[in-house]
Amino acid sequence: MQKLPIERLQEIANDIREDIIDMLVEAGSGHGAGPLGLADIFSALYFDILNNDPKNPDWPERDILLLSNGHCVPVRYAAMAEAGYFPKNELKTLRKFGSRLQGHPERLRLPGLESTSGPLGCGLSQGCGIALAHKMDKVNHRWVYVVMGDGETDEGNVWEAAMLASKYKLSNLIAILDRNDIQIDGPTEQVMPIEDVRAKWRSFGWHVIEVDGNNIESFIDACSMAKAVTEQPVMIIAYTVPGKGVDFMEYDFHWHSGAPNPKQAKEALNELRTLGGRIRSEHQ
Amino acid sequence: MTDYNLADYSKKPITEPNRKGFGLGLVEAGDQDVNVVAACADLTESTQMYMFQEKYPDRFIEIGVAEQNLVTVGSGLAAAGKIPFVSSYAAFSPGRNWEQIRTTICLNNQPVKIIGSHTGVSVGPDGATHQMLEDIALMRVLPNMIVLAPADSVEAKKITLAMAKNDRPNYMRLAREAIPIITTIETPFEIGPAYIYRQGVDISLMATGTMTYQALIAAEILAKDGINAEVIHVPTIKPLDRETILKSAQKTRLVITVEEGQIIGGFGGAIAELLAEELPTPMRRIGMLDRFGESGEMDELINFFGLDAKHIVLAAHNILEIKKHKQLQ
Repeated sequence: MQKLPIERLQEIANDIREDIIDMLVEAGSGHGAGPLGLADIFSALYFDILNNDPKNPDWPERDILLLSNGHCVPVRYAAMAEAGYFPKNELKTLRKFGSRLQGHPERLRLPGLESTSGPLGCGLSQGCGIALAHKMDKVNHRWVYVVMGDGETDEGNVWEAAMLASKYKLSNLIAILDRNDIQIDGPTEQVMPIEDVRAKWRSFGWHVIEVDGNNIESFIDACSMAKAVTEQPVMIIAYTVPGKGVDFMEYDFHWHSGAPNPKQAKEALNELRTLGGRIRSEHQ
Repeated sequence: MTDYNLADYSKKPITEPNRKGFGLGLVEAGDQDVNVVAACADLTESTQMYMFQEKYPDRFIEIGVAEQNLVTVGSGLAAAGKIPFVSSYAAFSPGRNWEQIRTTICLNNQPVKIIGSHTGVSVGPDGATHQMLEDIALMRVLPNMIVLAPADSVEAKKITLAMAKNDRPNYMRLAREAIPIITTIETPFEIGPAYIYRQGVDISLMATGTMTYQALIAAEILAKDGINAEVIHVPTIKPLDRETILKSAQKTRLVITVEEGQIIGGFGGAIAELLAEELPTPMRRIGMLDRFGESGEMDELINFFGLDAKHIVLAAHNILEIKKHKQLQ
């Protein structure tokens, strides 16, 4: 697969953000801040990092991507549509009756989703199961990526999985923690402090890499480093800005859930299409 | 007496815990299919998984005391093409990890095989915390889930082998103590059917799991009183064999269900739902009556909570008396 230049990946991330706003305003509900913050990571995953085939989603050699924080699925749907898993016009069916794009992802509805998620704390352990199976089968060229939320790590199941991954030296497992500091009820450090995040994961036996999750180049480098680690699972703590790219959503935990209204959506799209006012939008 | 080549259980039956049959069956399933793998939450001896662990250490995962992880790791193993058997005490799995089972196994439709041992009051001295009574209700309510309860060790082995070949999520409940072996290698088993172990016309005794033995003994006692009871063994609690159950109820017009678990939402609940909609029939549900167990020996607990043959006989007489009385009116 020919690598795309970083500038192109950034454009795709921006397209994903526009898709997210379009989807949410059409759906009238959903989650905004997390998906917008994850757009750069998903652009990097689907267009650079993952070894996959949009036209053959069940390709037996593919890398596995689990989205443990299923409420952020708009970013995954948008990235999948951009990558060609399904037509982009289907994005507007998000959360609607009969849609393959359920409010929270369901594996059986949409090819390319590896699991069903939403209830938090279960993705890492499923990733452990898949990584264990690959190790049993002596398959060492397939990577298992698990994207998780930071608020999600309040769940005990996460730490059960953290211990297991380390015990079984699951170096084919790469977790990506979306450290955006917010959860539904407020800032993570007020709702339930999870710091020192790095020390916690290290003490559980993980190799920890910290990265700016909104810097595509850095994130790709972090994944390359993660693949070079042996004998340990890797936790990439990706610091992201919740609501990234839309000024009135950035850093505001109230946008963890909830969709923009049409007026807010227009404002958001204008900002995204002008790259924050730096260029003139063709839509104006 | 039956077409099913049952064992000679009435005088001095051979006893064995049905969890042992599971342990042996799992090894055989592992011999048959390299994709069969196992995971356990720190109870390999209790759930009899140690046999598989010894033979196939590379296909066994020790999860530690972490039942939420047990079933979600199982979901991941299944996603990667394995046939995972995951075991613990039923009080913890599926007792503690129900939502994980719901989302990552049932809604996700992954063929994870959940083994819950130590169900029923027959667990004995460990007391109420470890006597799982609600597992049938918890698993029966989940779409895609198949719910199984073996009568004895011989059947538990057959069920285990059938589970390994089944492409759906499965739950099997097991018991701790040695119980009479009532079936033989020749006795048929498939996932789905209920089996009429004894033909009768006066009353239908429908039993599942460890209670089928008690129902068969009750039928022998009733026969001495001139009452010809039909005994139906229901190893597949979900999906129910509607046809066999309805046919028997149609014939006898009196039904008693027997289970070692809560009747609310349990096996008795399942039969009551079916009969209420399709063929309203006078019935009694024998099982745990909305209460917890307690410490004691198996036999005294089975007796105290009214689950033994003697109590089934009493219930049968009672319901037959009421029927007779109504007919006289």
